[in-house]
Amino acid sequence: MKSKKWVPYAFLALPLLMYSIWVIFPIFQTLYLSFTDWDGVSPEFSIIGWDNFKLLFQDPYFRISLWNNIKWLIGFAGVSVPLGLLIAMLLDQKFRGSKVYKTLMYLPMTLSFVVIGQIWSWILEPRYGALNSFLSIFGIKSVGWLSDPNIVTYSLIMAASWRQISYAMVLYLAGLKQVPKELVEAAWVDGANGWKRFVHVILPMLRPATIVAITVSVIDSLRAFDIVYVLTRGGPFYSSSVMANYMYIMAFNNYRMGYGSAIATIQFLITLGFIVFYMRNVLKKEEAL
Amino acid sequence: MRAKKIVFYILATIIVLLWIAPFMISFFTSFKSMDELMLTRKWWAPPKKWFPSNFITAWKDANMGRYFLNTFIITIPSVLGALFLSSLSAYALAWYKFRLSKLILMIFVGGMLIPFQMLLIPVYRFSVSLGIYDRFIGVILFHIAFQLGFCTFFLRNFMKTIPASIFDAAMIDGAGHFTIYSKIVMPLVLPALAALGILEFTWIWNDYLWSLILIQSDKIKPITLGLVNLQGQWITSWNTMAAGAIIAAVVPLFVFLLFQRYFIEGLTVGSVKG
Repeated sequence: MKSKKWVPYAFLALPLLMYSIWVIFPIFQTLYLSFTDWDGVSPEFSIIGWDNFKLLFQDPYFRISLWNNIKWLIGFAGVSVPLGLLIAMLLDQKFRGSKVYKTLMYLPMTLSFVVIGQIWSWILEPRYGALNSFLSIFGIKSVGWLSDPNIVTYSLIMAASWRQISYAMVLYLAGLKQVPKELVEAAWVDGANGWKRFVHVILPMLRPATIVAITVSVIDSLRAFDIVYVLTRGGPFYSSSVMANYMYIMAFNNYRMGYGSAIATIQFLITLGFIVFYMRNVLKKEEAL
Repeated sequence: MRAKKIVFYILATIIVLLWIAPFMISFFTSFKSMDELMLTRKWWAPPKKWFPSNFITAWKDANMGRYFLNTFIITIPSVLGALFLSSLSAYALAWYKFRLSKLILMIFVGGMLIPFQMLLIPVYRFSVSLGIYDRFIGVILFHIAFQLGFCTFFLRNFMKTIPASIFDAAMIDGAGHFTIYSKIVMPLVLPALAALGILEFTWIWNDYLWSLILIQSDKIKPITLGLVNLQGQWITSWNTMAAGAIIAAVVPLFVFLLFQRYFIEGLTVGSVKG
């Protein structure tokens, strides 16, 4: 569009200013702080180079947190997305009540992780909780869903996936609208032949939905905070800690802002790869429009 | 074919029932007496006797009423602000060719995917130094700024679909840039604005982390913080907590049920369609 050069900038001025203050500038400041020993209170601090990062990789609690984030990545992104696809394939048919079924499946998506955490706290409670009460009907002994260090992270992932599966399902249902109906029905009803058609015909058509579902889930699994904070605060003994929670504890409870910034920076660097991946895929498609 | 249909129905029903079980459990819990909860432990069964008084306790004694109101005070200006400002930036990025256009779009899109932890310390720090820490305005300004990334990307996608000839014709007729934005483009993207507004409303309503960082006083806390407070004080009253959780969830749930179509459109636009 031909116009005077300043016109688009006039429209962009205020949004870009706010975005710079609250988003862009803080990124650089956190990068800078990660090389300092700032405690968050004193006016003076010194630049200590890579010390925070060196310390981080010797810190057993950071290692637990990083490892838990990897579990989140596999469980939250790796399991929710295919499950969302599976349920979408199942429900993407015309049948009586299909609308009601879909609406009920969407519901968890509207909830905050705080509410989800609250709801799951009485499902996962070890003594009186719903899940253990239910399992006891079949004679299964109580499981320490939130108290057993070996299990707790998986319990949190399960609770969070409840919402994520719904989200993946929504994306896939939207994607499936563009796939001819007969293909989908054939794919899930008739065995081996259907499977081949699914892999070679339907799945490639769902590529855009898959890219978004995976990127968003991966990024969310790396910044998971609310549900961990509400359900366990990272406990017992840091066993369910993730980087985001550890960062919060270090920066805001222990007043180690420099160290906290280093944790955030690691999180950022891991995420960056996926951000670039997302932008390449989504924005490239944009250009084609 | 008949047998397949029956298998399908059974399978679909089991999945849906499993899916809404957590909802049903909290709904029933919120209406039960503590005695019934602890004695029967049948979480999935409806209450023998319904106790709506749990909601009154949560609303009044546990202060959920005030938190509820606070959330509105934070959410509404945040959504409106984000929609307005992003409509400006989206307009510029969708309609004008200029050198930095692609870079600016990438900055907006990249920023929306950043881990929040990368922003926590600086935002907290300058909110304190600006004097907007522990005030509604501090949280509202942050939400507006942060949501600009997604909103700009989303609205720009929509504006791109408007044929350029409309723009040219208006230019020839002598319409100014701001007139084109406000009189031509904005009315055309109203449906997109609605979808976006609904989505943003539920997201900001559900925010927890930023309120945790930027708010301290109990009297301005939003409902998510209030609910976590409840966990501390009412730890043994699961029925009151369940009522609190329902109070915190009811608005986004209602918004979703009313505007389902827009909500889902918002979630999938710019991804599947884009």
